[in-house]
Amino acid sequence: MKIYVDMDQCQHYGQCTFEAPTVFQLNDDGKLEYVGEVDAALAEQVEAAADVCPMQAITVEA
Amino acid sequence: MPHAVVVGAGLGGLRAAESLRGQGIDVTVIGDEVYLPYNRPPLSKEALKGGVDVDGLYFRRKFDDIDWRLGAAATGCSLAERVVTVDDSAYTFDGLVIASGIRPRHLPVPGIQPPVLRTVHDARALRDRLTPGTSLLVVGAGFIGCEVAATARQLGCEVTVTAYDSEPMLRPLGPELGAAMKAHHEAHGVTFHLGQGVKEFHADGVTLADGTRLTADVVIEAVGSVPNVEWLHGNDLDLVDGVLTDNLMRVVQPAKGDGSAGTTAGPTDVPVVAVGDVARFPNPRFDDVPRRIEHWNLPTETGKRAGQTLGALLKGEEPTGDFRPMPAFWSDQYDFSLQSYGEPALGTPTLVDGEWSGDCIVEYLRDGDVIGVVGVNRTKDLMHYRKEIGQEAVDSA
Repeated sequence: MKIYVDMDQCQHYGQCTFEAPTVFQLNDDGKLEYVGEVDAALAEQVEAAADVCPMQAITVEA
Repeated sequence: MPHAVVVGAGLGGLRAAESLRGQGIDVTVIGDEVYLPYNRPPLSKEALKGGVDVDGLYFRRKFDDIDWRLGAAATGCSLAERVVTVDDSAYTFDGLVIASGIRPRHLPVPGIQPPVLRTVHDARALRDRLTPGTSLLVVGAGFIGCEVAATARQLGCEVTVTAYDSEPMLRPLGPELGAAMKAHHEAHGVTFHLGQGVKEFHADGVTLADGTRLTADVVIEAVGSVPNVEWLHGNDLDLVDGVLTDNLMRVVQPAKGDGSAGTTAGPTDVPVVAVGDVARFPNPRFDDVPRRIEHWNLPTETGKRAGQTLGALLKGEEPTGDFRPMPAFWSDQYDFSLQSYGEPALGTPTLVDGEWSGDCIVEYLRDGDVIGVVGVNRTKDLMHYRKEIGQEAVDSA
């Protein structure tokens, strides 16, 4: 599945990193980094990450 | 197939509806606004600043076969008859989700009631009036009031904030951090009149309790909220402050005070859960006191949990599990990004890193334990608290 984060909206709150830690991470500067394409086995985690984004900046495509 | 009715089309209603639909349950959602669920926090910040376009605020929806009945609020409910009424329409249910949320509170003082900021409609009306050079008076210095003040300054308005509390955001942040945020606002040109209640509203401002007359082109009231529970009256529920539930979000009926049979409190006979801002529930991460929490992340947490609980009840099963959500909030004002985990309002603030006046981390202690934390521009350094706060209670459970 494909993941896209609108970095104009992202405020680097890091809530997604708690739900899908292998996909979303804050780097040493506190900025979000993420993997753009992940195995469908991670779907539940990625969906949960998109749900908890306060800016609703995460798009998921199956 | 069982049928659930969700009353409330905000974030909590959406999450509960999705959880139930995912379990194969038919779902009807009743919402007072004409819009599908949308994200409200930008209404005082980005959306207010940039122009209020609801298309950019809608939550993504995971199912296209949820029945949305939008544009009119629930007006009544009989749990015994398992029916929700919306004016003349009746919606029967096997299970009910109470997700009716909150509405802005109004100060009970005479005069012309100012507008509030809760909906897309409110935000558009406010945005239209916040032209450069316009003077704005914000009544209330909580998060929404402070965010509107900051946004209005960025739009070139003259901004005054008045509130009964002695510092902005006093209850969630405490006096020291509240004072620091006040100084930041003042450095950006905001004028404060704090520590005085409003005695009277006027078309062009307010009179404060000490007689001070404040005038402005635009007045907005942001003095907290009240839960939408009136439609539930007559069902013997505890509606003192929102809807009382147990830890798994199942609605609880209070003990009958008349000494008749069934004098102990317990779950309703009919499957009913409550979610989001309207739900008052105990969180064993902190203690056994039921509380309403108006933080953005709780509707998702409680919505998903309530969906599981109601799903189990509709299968004739007893809900099980352990629910200890971590409250979290965020607020952006100018270049200051506030972030919090836990329940800072329940503790005593202690500066642990940085300076009150700048980027910092503040822990909130209760009986020597960290029960909440607030950071200013310290997002990454705060993250470990999300796992640690209340962990002692979790470990010993």
